[in-house]
Amino acid sequence: MATATVTRQPLFSRPRSSHKGVWSWITTVDHKRIGVLYGFTAFAFFLIGGFEALLIRAQLARPNGHVLNANQYDQVFTMHGLTMIFLVVMPLSAAFFNYLIPLMIGARDVAFPRLNAFSYWVFLFGGLFLYSSFLLGGAPNGGWFGYAPLSVQKVTGSVPFAHNMDYYAIGLIILGIASTVSAVNLVVTIINMRAPGMSFFRMPVFIWMALVVQLLLVFALPIVTIALFLLLFDRILGTSFYIASNGGDPVLWQHLFWLFGHPEVYILVLPAMGIVSEILPTFSRKPLFGYPVVVLSGIAIGFMGFGVWAHHMFATGLGPVANSAFAVSTMFIAVPTGVKIFNWLATMWGGRLRFDPPMLFAIGFVTMFVIGGLSGVTHALVPHDYQQTDTYYVVAHFHYVLFGGAIFGLFGGIYYWWPKIYGRKLSGKLGKWHFWLMLIGFNVTFGPFHILGLQGMPRRIYTYAPGMGWDFWNMVSTVGSFMIAGSILVFIYNAWHSRKYGEIAGNDPWDARTIEWMTSSPPPEHNFDQIPVVHALDDFWHKKYVEDKGGKLVPVPAGGENGHSEQAPEHEAGEHGGGHGIHLPSPSYMPILAAVGLPLIGYGLIYGFYISIVGGLILLGGLYGWAFEPGTE
Amino acid sequence: MERRKLGRLVRPAIILSLVFLGTACAAHAPQDYLKNLAGSEARKANNLFVPVFWIAAFVFFFVEGLIVFAAVKFRDRAGREEPKQIHGNSALELTWTAIPALILAVVAVPTVLTIFSVAAKPGPNQVKIHVVGHQWWWEYQYLGTTPEVITANELVLPVNKPAYFTLDSVDVIHSFWVPKLAGKQDVVPGRTNTLEFTPFETGEYYGQCTEYCSLSHANMRLRVIVKTQADYDAWLREQQAPAAQPTTTEAQQGQQMFMSNICITCHTIAGTQAQGQLGPNLTHFASRGTFAGSMFDNMPGNVDRWIHETSLLKPGVIMPRFGCGQTNEPPYASMKCISDSDILAVVAYLESLK
Amino acid sequence: MADQATVAAEVHQTSTGIENTKLGMWVFLGSECLLFGALISVFLLYRNHALGGARLHDVYDIPFTSVSSFVLLMSSLTMVLALAAIQRGDQHRLRTWLLATALLGMTFISGQIYEFTIFVHKGFTVHSSVAGASFYILTSFHGAHVTVGILMLLSLFGMSTRGLLPKERATAVEYIGLYWHFVDIVWIVIFTLVYLIPAPK
Repeated sequence: MATATVTRQPLFSRPRSSHKGVWSWITTVDHKRIGVLYGFTAFAFFLIGGFEALLIRAQLARPNGHVLNANQYDQVFTMHGLTMIFLVVMPLSAAFFNYLIPLMIGARDVAFPRLNAFSYWVFLFGGLFLYSSFLLGGAPNGGWFGYAPLSVQKVTGSVPFAHNMDYYAIGLIILGIASTVSAVNLVVTIINMRAPGMSFFRMPVFIWMALVVQLLLVFALPIVTIALFLLLFDRILGTSFYIASNGGDPVLWQHLFWLFGHPEVYILVLPAMGIVSEILPTFSRKPLFGYPVVVLSGIAIGFMGFGVWAHHMFATGLGPVANSAFAVSTMFIAVPTGVKIFNWLATMWGGRLRFDPPMLFAIGFVTMFVIGGLSGVTHALVPHDYQQTDTYYVVAHFHYVLFGGAIFGLFGGIYYWWPKIYGRKLSGKLGKWHFWLMLIGFNVTFGPFHILGLQGMPRRIYTYAPGMGWDFWNMVSTVGSFMIAGSILVFIYNAWHSRKYGEIAGNDPWDARTIEWMTSSPPPEHNFDQIPVVHALDDFWHKKYVEDKGGKLVPVPAGGENGHSEQAPEHEAGEHGGGHGIHLPSPSYMPILAAVGLPLIGYGLIYGFYISIVGGLILLGGLYGWAFEPGTE
Repeated sequence: MERRKLGRLVRPAIILSLVFLGTACAAHAPQDYLKNLAGSEARKANNLFVPVFWIAAFVFFFVEGLIVFAAVKFRDRAGREEPKQIHGNSALELTWTAIPALILAVVAVPTVLTIFSVAAKPGPNQVKIHVVGHQWWWEYQYLGTTPEVITANELVLPVNKPAYFTLDSVDVIHSFWVPKLAGKQDVVPGRTNTLEFTPFETGEYYGQCTEYCSLSHANMRLRVIVKTQADYDAWLREQQAPAAQPTTTEAQQGQQMFMSNICITCHTIAGTQAQGQLGPNLTHFASRGTFAGSMFDNMPGNVDRWIHETSLLKPGVIMPRFGCGQTNEPPYASMKCISDSDILAVVAYLESLK
Repeated sequence: MADQATVAAEVHQTSTGIENTKLGMWVFLGSECLLFGALISVFLLYRNHALGGARLHDVYDIPFTSVSSFVLLMSSLTMVLALAAIQRGDQHRLRTWLLATALLGMTFISGQIYEFTIFVHKGFTVHSSVAGASFYILTSFHGAHVTVGILMLLSLFGMSTRGLLPKERATAVEYIGLYWHFVDIVWIVIFTLVYLIPAPK
């Protein structure tokens, strides 16, 4: 925010900037630290969600299993879905966005640093709020998609479920606030804070995908927010938005949810596509094939993503006309998605491929996403989707695109940018073990789901009878799931071990193409000593290499290692806060303080309004403190 | 990976793929919808799927093959030169955009035609059935029969005659699905969906609820029994007959037990005081091969166990546990239990209701 | 504190020339369009589901609501005047027009509350039907947005009295003004769709 030429009494003084200690993390507004916070928190939830998956697989390994009873199973599978989507893939993507966007566009921080911190704390508190339900009467148990009117039921059969789905509605509203706020921040950052010379078509593909994702969040989240408020009112106020007997319509929930839900799946996968679009060129030592097309197809997916939502509702009874329209639109969205596969393949083609872990995971992404994409296309054959929907065939599809796709891509990003963040590489050998174990485990776990689905095994069942023909592949799948768990242990060991023993990485350990590799590893707090001036796409690469007439690479002798060749007209390099040097925003207590108010408001809606009032006052106080505290000290 | 290592993987990979595909075709899988399909809509859907599946399989081998090939051929080796920095090729990009778009456009045509072809249309020569979904069992009302036949969980149909269903729910969304006969259709409270198919072969077909409805969703199963027209007519007549009067002493005791207990608040046995609407109609209970949402075979031992333990076997059901030694939640917490011998009598009664 | 004078000139150079806060407000308002779009859609879906109970058309008072709407519309005018005032450095007029805007907003809210008590008295409530619930949730969300706007306006007023809102900070008034105009436009849409479209017979 613009600072003013006025002296004033600060309402609160901002914490002294320091780099050590818990308080420095609690009050940080540095986008890199916030990125790291997002990353570690998301990974912790990944372990929890993975544990939930292992429970599911243990229960389903055999018919009439006894690992979990029906009530427990319903909560575990619901929380597994909510966790992986809202507490793992989205925040892990946010980790990358937060850390890398300013670095890749040549900025010193995001547009609204305190808003950035706020979005992280709201995410953390939202996730904790959701999980506190396990200890407070029971976790959400309506599936991650919470179909009404089941989600409104407070008594199911003979079993009361007083608040399980209250946590669902309120928890997701809180998490939605975190994502919306972050999205506004990053849209402004990308549009408004690019380095001189970095026009839109000189931005890395990762930044393009980030921009599309933020805009999808901005436009899709409000719809589900309303859906969740209507659900909350049905549950708390006794309205009947989703109750047919009283004038409502359960299908309204589905429309509102999937209007968000479909863009959401692109929100989940586009970041990984952006990451893969950076990794493949670096490790093929060739530019991305067809950059404009890859960018345009990403934008097209963003737009078209709002036009296919009812393909999640083919069996709901919308009628043949609606079903046909959505069948056609769904088939067409496969085109921009498929085009990217070919562009990535062509990037590899003729390259000089190095199979470090980032590259392995990127290729893993592409190969697994092809499978998920093809099964997705078969869903568009609507009359056959009447068979496939709500069976394990669909579970296969989305795990191939979200795990084989998004998670593999995100791991690729972790291996790729880890040296930039920590100054040390992760072990390549352990990385390869991680990759192969995870790839094989993944296919052993989810490949059989195609078969189980085609053999008629429905989703969301806590058990099944023997004699259905499902026993063998369920057992195989369970074995696979433990392989995946093993591969994650390898990764954790790798991360821990590399803190001391990882190969030291300089600025540019991979001989990469984009400008974040120009600064040190880890970057200084101010990112760049001098903001680079950008002349082309892959500007850094062109500082290192030129192409001769035949298109062959010729290294530039003087090298462009630190981008000192040309600087933006800017302040001289200086330490943070030193004289008239680079001004970085000061840390602040306000984001976390304001964030605390939100879960309290949530608890109040469940247990008593007085708690909400306290929460509201804390939120208001935090916001006022935020608005009136001095800009930078 | 070295070429040799990669090569050694090829044979096991092929064998594994074949095993994979093989098992997909093996095993007794009564809800499989790829083969042995016996209904009009299931067959139409399959006819749409199979050719597209082969196209997808071709695309799969082609694309993945190219990726693996590229990974092997262009891997970095000593002495390898820096690659040519190609930025794109418009002709190529146009081609690989146009071809998938064309393939999909072509596939879209039979898709839309089949959507309309399988859409339910009411007509004169159909068996008309109203399906009602409950947590966690299926109710069937045979429309147009007098007296109206109302049964549960097991649907009986005549072969080669179109069956037209109207679908409704009393509580949450369920989905009615018999894979070998037709695709599924959601059962939505407040909305009447429709389904139509013609069964082509006699036999017994398995189905299951396929929209998550909590707790015993997994136990909300069903059977469809397709009979010849003659057998169906006979069955219908039996269903329209009044409830059988028990002949043995034990069964008569059981009837007395049943009618003086809370059973009658939930269940209907036509012509008796039992006129409850919350649970399945038991008038011809013994004519059904399965019960409790087709969870169990209809045998005395199973029925006995069911009455004792209900929600221990099927989580969430509102039917209290009648066995002595069982605990119940409110409002049945202080309900008087039924002794083992009395329960056996009730079982005998129920098994007499042919 | 760092040298404020030089820092003042550094109203961050942005790639588009639009200030971050203003651009951020535009993006946020984009999401608000979808928020109100969803609420309005739900209302339009359920407007006729009165289940035999009181309907909005039986209880509303178009002339009254028209006056309310006019009041809100005028508040956008005063908002513009407030922005013009700060842009020419007139703190006194800035405060006058900010206060006027806030007061007009409060008048609008009071009018809404009064209207709703009449509706409830006549049997059109949140619980009387899903049509009622849709109406109240839509108008309440809008009212909450107006209220937040009023709080922001009063905060700006307070800042101005303490000398914390100089001409250089005109952007703050501008982007809060954007928010205020948006809320006004949403009301125009609501008024048209909810009140003015005639009831089916």
